[in-house]
Amino acid sequence: MSDDYEIIIGLEVHVQLATKTKLFCRCSTKFGAAPNTQTCPVCLGMPGSLPVMNREAFQLGLKTACALNLNVPRFTKWDRKNYYYPDLPKGYQISQFDLPMSEDGYLFISDPKQQFEAKKVGIIRAHLEEDAGKSMHDEAAGKADTRVDLNRTGTPLLEIVSQPDMRSPLEAKAYLNELKLILTYLGVSDCNMQEGSLRVDANVNLHIKNDGPKKIATPIVEIKNMNSFRAVERAIAYEATRQYDAWKEDGKTIGDAPKQTRGWDDQAQVTRPQREKEESSDYRYFPDPDLAPVITTAEEVEAVQQSLCELPLAIRERLHDGFGIPEYDADVIVNQGRVAVDYYEALALKTGDPKMASNWVQQDVLRVLKERDLEFEQFPISVERLTTLLKAIMDKEIDTTRAKDVFTQMLDSDKDAPAIMKEMGIEKVDDSAIDDLAREVLLANPKAVEDLKNGVQKAVGALIGQAKKKNPNIDPGTFRAKCMELVKDM
Amino acid sequence: MALYEASATQLLSQLESGEVTSVEVTKACLDRIRQHDSQIGAFLKVMDDKALAKAEQVDKKRKAGEPLGKLAGVPVAVKDLLCTEGEVTTCASKMLENFVPPYSSTVIKKLEEADAVIIGKTNMDEFAMGGSTENSALGKTRNPWDTSLVPGGSSGGAAACLAAQMVPLSIGTDTGGSIRQPASFCGVVGLKPTYGRVSRFGLIAFASSLDQIGPMARTAEDTALFLEAISGHDPADSTSADVACPLFSKTVDQPLEGLRIGMVKEHFGEGLDGDVEKAVREAVKVYESLGAKVVDISLPHNKYGIATYYIIAPSEASSNLARFDSAHYGHRCDEATMLAELEEEKAALTAAGDEVGLKRMDTSLIRMYRKSRAEGFGPEVKRRIMLGTYTLSAGYYDAYYLKALKVRRLIREDYDKAFKSVDLIVGPTAPNPAFAAGSKTNDPLAMYLEDLYTVTANLAGIPAISVPCGLTGSGLPVGMHMQAPALEEDRLLRAAQMFQKATDWHTKMPSL
Repeated sequence: MSDDYEIIIGLEVHVQLATKTKLFCRCSTKFGAAPNTQTCPVCLGMPGSLPVMNREAFQLGLKTACALNLNVPRFTKWDRKNYYYPDLPKGYQISQFDLPMSEDGYLFISDPKQQFEAKKVGIIRAHLEEDAGKSMHDEAAGKADTRVDLNRTGTPLLEIVSQPDMRSPLEAKAYLNELKLILTYLGVSDCNMQEGSLRVDANVNLHIKNDGPKKIATPIVEIKNMNSFRAVERAIAYEATRQYDAWKEDGKTIGDAPKQTRGWDDQAQVTRPQREKEESSDYRYFPDPDLAPVITTAEEVEAVQQSLCELPLAIRERLHDGFGIPEYDADVIVNQGRVAVDYYEALALKTGDPKMASNWVQQDVLRVLKERDLEFEQFPISVERLTTLLKAIMDKEIDTTRAKDVFTQMLDSDKDAPAIMKEMGIEKVDDSAIDDLAREVLLANPKAVEDLKNGVQKAVGALIGQAKKKNPNIDPGTFRAKCMELVKDM
Repeated sequence: MALYEASATQLLSQLESGEVTSVEVTKACLDRIRQHDSQIGAFLKVMDDKALAKAEQVDKKRKAGEPLGKLAGVPVAVKDLLCTEGEVTTCASKMLENFVPPYSSTVIKKLEEADAVIIGKTNMDEFAMGGSTENSALGKTRNPWDTSLVPGGSSGGAAACLAAQMVPLSIGTDTGGSIRQPASFCGVVGLKPTYGRVSRFGLIAFASSLDQIGPMARTAEDTALFLEAISGHDPADSTSADVACPLFSKTVDQPLEGLRIGMVKEHFGEGLDGDVEKAVREAVKVYESLGAKVVDISLPHNKYGIATYYIIAPSEASSNLARFDSAHYGHRCDEATMLAELEEEKAALTAAGDEVGLKRMDTSLIRMYRKSRAEGFGPEVKRRIMLGTYTLSAGYYDAYYLKALKVRRLIREDYDKAFKSVDLIVGPTAPNPAFAAGSKTNDPLAMYLEDLYTVTANLAGIPAISVPCGLTGSGLPVGMHMQAPALEEDRLLRAAQMFQKATDWHTKMPSL
């Protein structure tokens, strides 16, 4: 980052929609099948075959459009994007060109760590298209064979194109995180980047600050091949520095060079120019005569709008306002997905202590999930069982430190907290017993009493330690309070 | 009457009464093909064994009293661009010379359900592009009336096998007149249904928004029955019309009362052969004698029909034919030769120090596409791919393709207006009778004018029929073209039947 320029970032995100079947035929979209086993004459583009639109894919597109505040026009159509490639069996891709199914929306991004100011990122359009197949280039042993797997051809994609509204790699990452979260909450995609369900291209250039009346903009670069949000962040940061250096070197601005495509080399952490064509490609878009246009009524859009689930932004606000937990806490929980939110809400309501519930979910639950590499759905302790533990803490039957031991035991057993506490010999010590123990320990430690009287608070620690040896079940807080109270009269 | 002379309707009644068996009928057709097809060249493939097996199966079912389809036991020929599972389907192109589809088109399935006996695949212009069946890469078809003449096209084989009485029913396809013009040249009936009436699934596409499969036969009755068998909504074709299919064979005999016939003045102008004009005018008089009223109408945008068609059809074709990239099926060039040539070129350019040339050289992949397509496609197909690629390209889209779409709408509106005052529009099918083979092959524009009267029905999506209505002075058949509003095939068929009841032109067949 530099004070000498502003980075202008726009993102194109391809999202694979979570349909069981392809966009224009009934072949399965399941990932990982043996090559070319999930194909039919339609997705293979065999002569005479015809596409028929998958309604479900269109519905998922509508859902996303509503969630991203996009307008859904009444009329949309399909266009052919013509180009040759071995993994494009028809010689064209069915996409949407001038009349996409949705346009002109936005999405809010913010950072609970306050590294950038919350902002609205514009979304130009989201349109549906079919995916191409996969070419696997085998250059081993000088054979240079290319094998083509067409299982992926025809898989429904939603291409979401943002305005160039982001100004830092961090904002770009936040946009992607929020977008992914919305898509996952909606259930329209699994957003698995490893399996290619979510693919990102970034358009980046710089506005260089100068005193003159005219803005200096560097040529736009489209970065491809980024397979994680971290890679996106790094690639943009790298590209900003590279473009600034290039501008200082050659002074070329946006008018001097066409848009360039560069690939991100994750190993080397650099962007590299990709093979460029002599002339800019002409896709010869025209309306696909094999597919009827799609008419969507205002009522249909309204119905989808009504059926939308609660979205992350709204949940964050509700957790913050309704449960009084910090924005940061709300963000952490919401980012874990709907299951985590439901878990948290139930825990907060059952225990009646939303902050304590938040701490446990954020710290202990998430730690266990990470250690054990589990999804939230797989977390072994039910809300009810965790409530028994938290209640025991609230009732001072157990201190927080020992509660963590009980929590660990609960992970691998079905027992409730009281049962495990009983096994471990943990029970609430009544007030008179604490009173007796405090007197006993104080009498045995005149030096400590003296220190306490003189305001040396830490002296109580040793006393708690001694008391715990005599009775491990005492609540340290209660014991400390009792000691302080007794010392006053000594 | 010999079995091969009988219409499908006659054959069905004979089959039902047990006078003949389907095996006998099929054998009669196969014999006729065997005897005469070496002169005509209507068939690319005759499926003797399969046809006989099907005929036998139908005979057995009939004997056992089992329910049978609408065309039970009747032989049908199919234009070789309908994918037929397990059978080579070539589109008369070298590109698909060895292509065996693993699926059948909807129309083939419907014919099978109707218990028709599919007897063979007929010749055509390559990828249905042409008006004379001279563009077939796999052989020439001749006109049975005079083998020095063309049968018309692109459904030339489909029309010729009917005229040669090799088969009573034949499937054609029509993108700009490809059913009606050969029907006219060969003296048979050909109907282009409303766009969407017959499923296009499995039809190897030429221009998707114009292509339509249709029935060809020797009588209006047969045409009605045949259309009934192949029509209907198909969920596998999203452009197929979701409407009920009328029982055309039940209404075909009902004459049309108070019929208003529209005649387009421009259809009888320059370029129309005198004999053709005479025959059509006579035919209209027949209708008048049957009580019809003739109304002069105008279709002002009809004159842009050919221009519009030759923008839209090649545009779609350029894209539809992109799938023939030789990567997954179809003709592929000899790769070793191709790679060797590429190396040679590279060496030459390197030796010459031609940096620009080297940079512009094909990759082996691009060269494979180029060479395979250059070898696999014939000249007319290439011409249209180039035309379409040009008219769709970024700088020209608005000037050509978009403009053509607008004119197409105006043409459609002309028809809407015209059909407010008339029931049918009647005129010549083609500007001339069958012409001599080779006479137009070097003049593509002259060939394109063959579609002068027929293309607008495709642009408007309306149904149209060609019915034999006379003979020229030299004894060649002339076709009368009738057009009706969308989904009014019923009207066309009834009008055709009225005419055939009053005349005997449809019974005139060439002697072989």
